[in-house]
Amino acid sequence: MKESGTSKGWGAMPVLLAALLLVLPAAAFGAEAVPADATEWWVWPLLLLVVTFVMGIVAVLGGVGGGVLYVPIIGGFFPFHIDFVRGAGLLVALSGALAAGPGLLKANLASLRLAIPVALVASSCAIIGAMFGLALPAHIVKLLLGVTILGIVVIMFTAKKSDYPDVPKADALSSALGIYGIYQGPDKTFDWKIHRTIPGLLTFIIIGVMAGMFGLGAGWANVPVLNLMMGAPLKISVATSKFLLGITDTSAAWVYLNNGAVIPMLVAPSLIGIMLGSFVGVRILKVAKPSFIRWVVIGILAFAGSKSLYDGIKAMNAPAKPAAQHTQEASHGK
Amino acid sequence: MENKKELAASEEQMLYAKWLEKGMLIGLALLVISFGLYVFGIIEPVIPLDELSKYWGLSVKEYLVAVNSNFLHMDHAPTGWAWMKLIGKGDYMNFLPIAILSGITILCYGAIVPVFKKKGENAYMIMSIVEIVILTLAASGFLAAGH
Repeated sequence: MKESGTSKGWGAMPVLLAALLLVLPAAAFGAEAVPADATEWWVWPLLLLVVTFVMGIVAVLGGVGGGVLYVPIIGGFFPFHIDFVRGAGLLVALSGALAAGPGLLKANLASLRLAIPVALVASSCAIIGAMFGLALPAHIVKLLLGVTILGIVVIMFTAKKSDYPDVPKADALSSALGIYGIYQGPDKTFDWKIHRTIPGLLTFIIIGVMAGMFGLGAGWANVPVLNLMMGAPLKISVATSKFLLGITDTSAAWVYLNNGAVIPMLVAPSLIGIMLGSFVGVRILKVAKPSFIRWVVIGILAFAGSKSLYDGIKAMNAPAKPAAQHTQEASHGK
Repeated sequence: MENKKELAASEEQMLYAKWLEKGMLIGLALLVISFGLYVFGIIEPVIPLDELSKYWGLSVKEYLVAVNSNFLHMDHAPTGWAWMKLIGKGDYMNFLPIAILSGITILCYGAIVPVFKKKGENAYMIMSIVEIVILTLAASGFLAAGH
């Protein structure tokens, strides 16, 4: 039965890969070759819906959040400015977390007691990151984003996971805050507690800043810190991380929203595409081989991260385009 | 017995989940409706749909200046909660569900503060109140950024 299920999963893979291979180069070509006003207005939102749908499937199968795929891919291959892509990326990650949060909390997989102190640090720092990110020139953001994405590739490539980390003794702070619980795993019931709470919280300063600055979501960083550094069981870490994004990204999303960096025509198709893709992805997950998809995700991120880095370096070496020229272009045709 | 008790989610966790679920469903449903009204041209937007592609490639600062000078003619470019004045327009109408999705976490925290108070969990009560203050500050629009 398992063999047959796996082969069914492999059968679905060429379809997904073909969709990605067809859609992304077309988008990349369009972004550079076709002036924005030469294309029908509905083409890009429709393409965005299709790409985010595929992205939603791949994100579920690859075990990553939508935000980490969204910003480098849409920022690198679509004609939208990186400011709006980051705003939409945060809302994509936020919506995914809000959708998953209630179920994870009710099932007691996400721990509110673990999330509250971490969220306090991460959400405050995400505000700083968002303000800093919006103040930076676009080419610097693209350059830093490229470096960050390539760093995430390295983390995904090398990070180990521990289903039940060994925590000999809870530290004083986590004991005082009562951060512990019982996790009912598939094979055993496990009393969990955490340690290294202060170093963990300090690490969330960096994670919060990066989440706000790049609009990435931060599951890629949350899970290793909660699991490997602080010692929460893997499933508790994954669920708490997903729930946590709903708080961290909220604070940064408000900064983008209040600074005008949200265009509904980007946000709505992205949310709908990612959510529909996630529903389909969950169904495919039952029969697919996730380890293979994980390699595909790593490959896509490496490609998108390199392109972002390349765009950033290229823009640094290019002569600056006066801001007034953009405004004239935008008002052209009025 | 103790194990059974701790395997279940706590009172505050269940309460947070209930508020989150309601807010998320309302926000997403409204977003689908408002986007439908916008994208199918049922409610007229500020930026005509066929001109939008001239603007989404600009930086946020340039975008705000261009939209204000070409369409809105307001004293200042519409940042912060200025979208509320334009809520009758197809594009700006979508900001309402986006604000609900971004704001529901504040209400969730507000719901669990009394539970922590009742249980005498002062550290968690204070952390929750501080989180509400931080998120409200972020939502207030006082935190400006710019290139």
